[in-house]
Amino acid sequence: MATLSVSRAPLGGFSFENCKRNAVLEADSAKLGSSVPAARKTGTTICGIVFKDGIVLGADTRATEGMIVADKNCSKIHYISPNIYCCGAGTAADTEMTTQIISSNLELHGLSTGRLPRVATANRMLKQMLFRYQGYIGAALVLGGVDCMGPHLYSIYPHGSTDKLPYVTMGSGSLAAMAVFEDRYKPDMEEEEAKRLVRDAIAGGIFNDLGSGSNIDLCVITKGNVDYIRPHDEANKKGVRTGDYKYKKGTTGVLTKVITHLNLDTVGEHVQTMDTS
Amino acid sequence: MAAAATMMFGQEQMISSNNDMAPDWTSKEVSTGTTIMAVEYDGGVVVGADSRTTTGAYIANRVTDKLTPIHDRIFCCRSGSAADTQAIADMVTYQLGFHSIELDELPKVETAANLFKASCYRYREELTAGIIVAGWDKRRGGQVYSVPIGGMCVRQQVSIGGSGSSYIYGFMDANYKPGMTKEQCMELVTNAVSLAMERDGSSGGVVRLAAISESGVERRVILGGQLPKFFTH
Repeated sequence: MATLSVSRAPLGGFSFENCKRNAVLEADSAKLGSSVPAARKTGTTICGIVFKDGIVLGADTRATEGMIVADKNCSKIHYISPNIYCCGAGTAADTEMTTQIISSNLELHGLSTGRLPRVATANRMLKQMLFRYQGYIGAALVLGGVDCMGPHLYSIYPHGSTDKLPYVTMGSGSLAAMAVFEDRYKPDMEEEEAKRLVRDAIAGGIFNDLGSGSNIDLCVITKGNVDYIRPHDEANKKGVRTGDYKYKKGTTGVLTKVITHLNLDTVGEHVQTMDTS
Repeated sequence: MAAAATMMFGQEQMISSNNDMAPDWTSKEVSTGTTIMAVEYDGGVVVGADSRTTTGAYIANRVTDKLTPIHDRIFCCRSGSAADTQAIADMVTYQLGFHSIELDELPKVETAANLFKASCYRYREELTAGIIVAGWDKRRGGQVYSVPIGGMCVRQQVSIGGSGSSYIYGFMDANYKPGMTKEQCMELVTNAVSLAMERDGSSGGVVRLAAISESGVERRVILGGQLPKFFTH
């Protein structure tokens, strides 16, 4: 039986057909006046520095959906391995899932090598995954940790490029945080000074960027020890209300009172226990 | 459906939602705006680059190292998209390392250039990568190969690349002479990159240099204050 089409080897790689369809839908809905539901983004200020004994990572805790704060206290410092943590800015779902995938793969890798994972390994895995998705995974990360070769800090962009630096900031509040770093960063700082600097950098983002807010989380990683301080600084505590709009009982006078009884007879009774185990 | 698909091809950036709270540099791709160059001399090559990486109007990294070692005596200078060039350089480093182990000797610079050309040409529609491959091998000494956007590969004695290179074509034509010594080449590269950094907004920071020869690689950094000054007005 003659075939009507020439057989082709299955094309490898990813199909981005749906992305083109989504772009058309976005344009069409804009014409009609409605808008596409916005993905929840962590507007965010995240940063990290290398100090004398290790790494300090910092993050704010506000997650936004458009102009509304979706989560006032979300956790942006994600666990990768016992000695490596990663702050995430961009689309909340993307940073959450990407860090979880790499954390899982690193654990398996560690079982295979029999060693504590290196930060450079986590960096390679993250950048290769993000590059494969050509920037469609909106995850901008600050990766930091201490391994057998010392402390390391990387910034990773959604398209898959990375920079290895002594201090980095990411997110919408990164300019405010970087201004603080450029002013006060020194190599080989002590832990307390480093924590103060990171706290001030994140505070710069929280108070000067609309996409960042609420509290400051810190994560201090040294050789053999991790301090996950959440929250390190509750910079935006909810205020105590000084007045009350409720009216006291008796403000409105009662003129008449009429009571009507509802006479009901029980027809039947059936008990079904709920499974609460 | 096919018509709509082709129409949308050039507008991938529309996917990211227009969040008016986020400035443009949170959504723009990271690019090494750049000035890069490489010069052959008798016995080796000198490569040089600026150190600025930008996302839109923000400088993401002001001390970037765009001179990436591919092998013991082969370097590449990267310009264009940071993600694309880092990914390609990592792939070529792996391929060349494997090839060198199979050969049990140092790889040829021409081999490295061809590996770059293979990736850059095959994926020419998807990539934005302008690369200069330079190094030393025992067959032909110091060599410079240019692999610009589009994926061609051509050997040149001097090659300049990146957005800042437009400003120094005249300078290079006037000042490069074949038969210069290593120190003269270093000075030429420093001067050229400094001039380009002065005029190109996407280039700046420090000047990174590397001299590659049979004996090894000598790396230098010229910090901001030590850059040559050309005009007093």
